Amino acid sequence: MATIVVDNQPYQVHPDQSLLAACLGLGLDLPYFCWHPALGSVGACRQCAVKQFRDEKDTRGRLVMACMTPVAEGIRISIDHPEAVEFRAGIIEGLMQSHPHDCPVCDEGGECHLQDMTVMTGHAYRRYEFAKRTFRNQDLGPFVAHEMNRCIQCYRCVRYYREYAGEYDLNAFSLRNQVYFGRSEDGVLESEFAGNLVEICPTGVFTDKTLKRHYTRKWDLQMAPSVCVHCGLGCNITVGERYGTIRRIVNRYNGDVNGYFLCDRGRFGYEFVNRPERIRRPLLARDGALVPLTAEEALKRLGMLLASASGMIGIGSPRASLEANFALRKLVGAGHFFAGVGEREHRLVGLGLEILRKGPARTPSLAEIEKCDAALVLGEDLTNVAPRMALALRQGTRQQPMELARQKGIADWQDDHVREVAQDERGPLVIATPNQTRLDSIATTFRGSPDDLALFGFAVARAIERSSQAPLEDSARHEQALINETARALASAKRPLVVAGISLASESMLQAAAKVAWALAKSNPQSAISLATPEANTLGLAMMEAPALESAAQTIREGSADTVIVLENNLYRRADSRLADDVLKRAKHVVVLDFLPSETTAVAELVLPAGTFGESDGTFVNNEGRAQRFLQAFVPEEPVLESWRWLARAMAASDRGEGAAWKNLDDVLGAMVSALPVFGPVRDAAPDSGYRMAGAKIPREPHRYSGRTAMLANINVNEPKPPDDPDSPLAFSMEGAPKEPPGALIPFFWSPGWNSIQATNKFQSEIAGPLKGGNPGARLIEPPSLTVPRQPADTGETTLLLRGPEPPAGVCLAVPLYHIFGSEELSSWAPAVRELVPKPYVALNPEDAQALGLAEGQIVRVAVATSSPPGQSKDGKEFSLALKLASGLASGLVGLPAGLPDFREPTMPAWVTISKAS
Amino acid sequence: MELPLTKDIPADGEMLDLAAYEKAGGYEALRKGLTLAPKEITETVKLSNLRGRGGAGFPTGMKWSFVPMGPSAPRPKYLVANADEMEPGTFKDRLLLEGNPHQLIEGMALAAFALEAEVAYIFIRGEYVVAAERLERAIAEAAAKNYLGTNILGSDRCLQVYIHRSAGRYMCGEETGLLNALEGKRANPRSKPPFPQVSGLWGKPTIVQNVETLSNVPHIIKNGPEWFKSLSRTADGGTKLYGVSGKVKRPGLWELPLGATAREILELAGGMRDGLKMRGFLPGGASTDFLVEEHLDVKLDFNEVQKVGSRLGTGTMIVLDDQTCPVGMVWNLERFFAQESCGWCTPCWSGLSWAARLLGAIEEGKGEPAYLDQLVYITRFVAPGNTYCALAPGAAEPLQSALKYFREDFELHLSEKRCPWRQ
Ligand SMILES: Cc1cc2nc3c(=O)[nH]c(=O)nc-3n(C[C@H](O)[C@H](O)[C@H](O)COP(=O)(O)O)c2cc1C
Ligand code: SF4
Ligand code: SF4
Ligand code: SF4
Ligand code: FES
Repeated sequence: MATIVVDNQPYQVHPDQSLLAACLGLGLDLPYFCWHPALGSVGACRQCAVKQFRDEKDTRGRLVMACMTPVAEGIRISIDHPEAVEFRAGIIEGLMQSHPHDCPVCDEGGECHLQDMTVMTGHAYRRYEFAKRTFRNQDLGPFVAHEMNRCIQCYRCVRYYREYAGEYDLNAFSLRNQVYFGRSEDGVLESEFAGNLVEICPTGVFTDKTLKRHYTRKWDLQMAPSVCVHCGLGCNITVGERYGTIRRIVNRYNGDVNGYFLCDRGRFGYEFVNRPERIRRPLLARDGALVPLTAEEALKRLGMLLASASGMIGIGSPRASLEANFALRKLVGAGHFFAGVGEREHRLVGLGLEILRKGPARTPSLAEIEKCDAALVLGEDLTNVAPRMALALRQGTRQQPMELARQKGIADWQDDHVREVAQDERGPLVIATPNQTRLDSIATTFRGSPDDLALFGFAVARAIERSSQAPLEDSARHEQALINETARALASAKRPLVVAGISLASESMLQAAAKVAWALAKSNPQSAISLATPEANTLGLAMMEAPALESAAQTIREGSADTVIVLENNLYRRADSRLADDVLKRAKHVVVLDFLPSETTAVAELVLPAGTFGESDGTFVNNEGRAQRFLQAFVPEEPVLESWRWLARAMAASDRGEGAAWKNLDDVLGAMVSALPVFGPVRDAAPDSGYRMAGAKIPREPHRYSGRTAMLANINVNEPKPPDDPDSPLAFSMEGAPKEPPGALIPFFWSPGWNSIQATNKFQSEIAGPLKGGNPGARLIEPPSLTVPRQPADTGETTLLLRGPEPPAGVCLAVPLYHIFGSEELSSWAPAVRELVPKPYVALNPEDAQALGLAEGQIVRVAVATSSPPGQSKDGKEFSLALKLASGLASGLVGLPAGLPDFREPTMPAWVTISKAS
Repeated sequence: MELPLTKDIPADGEMLDLAAYEKAGGYEALRKGLTLAPKEITETVKLSNLRGRGGAGFPTGMKWSFVPMGPSAPRPKYLVANADEMEPGTFKDRLLLEGNPHQLIEGMALAAFALEAEVAYIFIRGEYVVAAERLERAIAEAAAKNYLGTNILGSDRCLQVYIHRSAGRYMCGEETGLLNALEGKRANPRSKPPFPQVSGLWGKPTIVQNVETLSNVPHIIKNGPEWFKSLSRTADGGTKLYGVSGKVKRPGLWELPLGATAREILELAGGMRDGLKMRGFLPGGASTDFLVEEHLDVKLDFNEVQKVGSRLGTGTMIVLDDQTCPVGMVWNLERFFAQESCGWCTPCWSGLSWAARLLGAIEEGKGEPAYLDQLVYITRFVAPGNTYCALAPGAAEPLQSALKYFREDFELHLSEKRCPWRQ
């Protein structure tokens, strides 16, 4: 620690930071613009000026930029010195020179850092009285609106977009007081992380275009801490609601997980909640149509079904909370509860879980991934399946160059200096995938079929093990050279990482990743392995250890059950259509709890309207094994209910055991923890519903929330009593304890004078560090560290090495290609996301296409092979699709899009034949 | 009086070609340099008291001594000749570039030997087309004779020289803005430290040096530091190219001992045009403070000019006469600076455009009394330290001194609501 003196007051601060970060960390108010905790310092805006004095005797001092000045023992500064105060007000006056002052019509108004800083400096009157510079705005696509006249030239947007997120279609053009921040021409921003501009920009230049369509000021939003549902990483989000619809999502800082940034699927996918297609009432199939029921009727109906069922099973879901899954398990009985995924995914995730549990390589948090200085990615197109991890890995590649800077005495936060020293240097990142990925430009790549990739992984693992005995000899063969290079890079890294997942449905790949991690961990305890899981609760469901759908089908086929309850799941997405039919069409009675119509709700007898993440409380387990609580942002209009509550009510109605007595989420959690001790830590993911601050609940609404007494006056002039919240310590109210709740309970970031998201500073124990009281979430997986060398489970490799015969001509292996916008079920319902969903296509490498006499755009017939060559898809499906040439696709492979809303791809990898459509 | 820099420049406006340069003793210094250890070259330059001619006057030898040397130093190391010369009123480097390009190349080779740099760039103003062509020719001539290239004259020294023609911005002349421009980035400056000597072009040790500075080096190596010091009338070594523009009889450029006075230089320029009187002058280009009559006998070197509140800058003075409106002149300059602000730091981009507007309004008779206070405020607002680089503080210099020396002219514009010099 170092002692710094600010306005004659001594403070103890961490030495590895700028004076600005130190002052903010102390809770002192010092304005800034160009600095951002995730981007570091560049000294452009000059807003953070303070007086620095040589010693006690120095009374004149000089102005320095706090963001550019390192903390040093005994340094004396003044924030309050009149010259510093005058200068900072002058900077605002300068920034405001051409600012349109259109706060009333600006989407940023009320949560604008420029507003906050203007008030903070006391600047009120602008002397400049000449014409303002004006700009033309651009259409940047469905997510981000552009209003350049509001720009204050702080350069944060381009620094974030280009240097942090690595995309180059946004730039700074021209100079003087006319710098234009935009694209060279109108067009959709190319970065999958462009939405963060909305929070990075301190003014209203970049704003949320989806919010604009149903605009609400921050102070009018009812907000709650939540967790993203659009992939398995579990980024923390803040959900904002008004009038029963979600208005927008913003990032919720979690120093261990997403930090300051989300991906665009997570930020803009929320609109599925507001769709008119939403199931809002219980529905009963009668004479081929679905007729609405009241909640009571539905429960009665369900009670009858339960009573008359000759055997009942429940099918859970990787996109439903632990609590909802557990409630179903409780209702049907543990032996009758099945995971809502096919055997293949079930086995893969199970294997993944085993690998993570067994260690010794630890599964890192996203924040730890950012610090990994060498990485191997096996099989995953991360930008499209686990987007935020791609952004984290990108930061990881800066670790080694940053080390160069550190050796020169440059601190990590001295961003311009670090970049000058580092230039285009990147640490090692090796990506082995069938197709090109969005990280390729900063990676070394290896292309091949899933088996090739797994073999590559095994070879790297062997090379690492060999290299620990004898140095690797350089090989002439390209492949072997790459293997050696990868092994060397990982083995010599401080914190090596291997990433894999289940996208390609390859157990061998997971085994290979485990072997690499194991080989690394033998000599380096900092080695890490991360597995991308596809859905918000994939891992949580797997930890319940329920059998796969095939077993459910078996139960029904055997006649041991005739009634199926499906929880928040469209089985046709998560299993082969035959298997889904086997479960759903063979059962006599199908009950589905969900919030949007699907092929599964279409065959149900009874559909119960479930609450989405915004309308429920619950817990997800992310890919790291971190249990994270999401809290209800608003109470949906009856009879929509949280799934677990429907199930609890069903148990109450039929007086079924313990579940009948559940009153709130804590009761469900309590029951779950005693039934499944593996979930013990889940209760620590957030304080329970009885938690109070200063005797009060935590308000979900800002204290300036307007219209409380009037907003429903068109329905009833009496102000309704706000709903109770039995499940959490939060209240649907603007009254209550407003100060710094524990991390898991922060409904929104706000602090006096800090209305923008920058108020996050005030909630951290140090700037960019953990939230006060610790980052939320409870880890369920902590592998034992390596004491006795253990061999990992070793299957797969041998079978791979004895690969079957080459397929006959014209038969290719089809692999799934993922799309951040399109491959995920829920976000595809959001209109803005939908605009970017590709049309179904078939992808071929240009040479392969040429050999087959096929050209871009041509309609091609893809027939899934039904028998040999190897691979045993039983689909027998055929598709006619437009050909897309994919120069990055490994030759010999065919790519088909995965999970698109209008296209049911075959189970892949699958052998297919390709021909010209007649 | 010896005039090493200009004595061999042909009077017909052509360049001194290789044969003529060699005949005049050219590349002898380079041969000598090959026999010297890098340290010896740097030491010689240090002893000569050569100070940078690009505006800041930093001691050249000392700058070189900051470059990491020896086998463990990062590679490659770079040398950059700054031939951007965008400062209004400055046109001295152009003469050296067009008239004697080999002198620069030889100076660069020697500097590169001293720094163990293997790659050099000449960053040249886009409009200097003739100069660029002649440099290209000279580089080819020198390379053909192995004064450049690999194993220069059989030694183990290597040097590649490239010409980079600037896309044209004043900021590209500022040394770190220049480096960014060379790297293909926006010409925003970089913050220091680290200094370019340690981490410059592409993060490698780099020396940026003005054309005139480098052109002196062959003469120093050939004739020794004592000789070089003896050329000057002050402690700073060497001669200086002094220039005059404005309404004098013969605007132009003269090589004189460092420490010549403005009076002498104005005499060489033939004095003011008939009927005009001098009211003031910017001694070293557009970004230096006005001096007036009483300063005519100040020795124009780095220290003496500073003592009277201005800077030697580039040594090329702009003269203001009594029939030219000082407000109009300063407006013209501030418009230039506002236009050339790189847009990085708030005081500069907001302050200079504001100042230019205020001056424009005053000059057009639309000024308000408050404007003068605002102008004074802006000059303080962009003071050194408040901005990110020296452009804005430089821009403030003519303005703040005009407000000091010509205040009554500003006030006259306000009270008469017009420019008194316009009909
Ligand atoms: C805005 C600005 C423009 C400059 N333009 C030039 C230029 O055109 N040529 C030049 O030699 N130096 C220029 N300089 C000075 C350079 O930054 C640098 O000090 C100089 O090139 C160093 O060389 P020297 O030590 O030989 O003078 C400029 C400085 C500033 C702040
Ligand atoms: S657009 Fe926003 S982030 Fe970008 S420079 Fe302007 S104010 Fe800053
Ligand atoms: S990376 Fe995944 S969890 Fe994070 S915001 Fe994107 S979709 Fe949501
Ligand atoms: S003073 Fe600031 S805005 Fe002006 S040129 Fe320098 S860095 Fe750019
Ligand atoms: S925040 Fe320090 S200069 Fe911008």
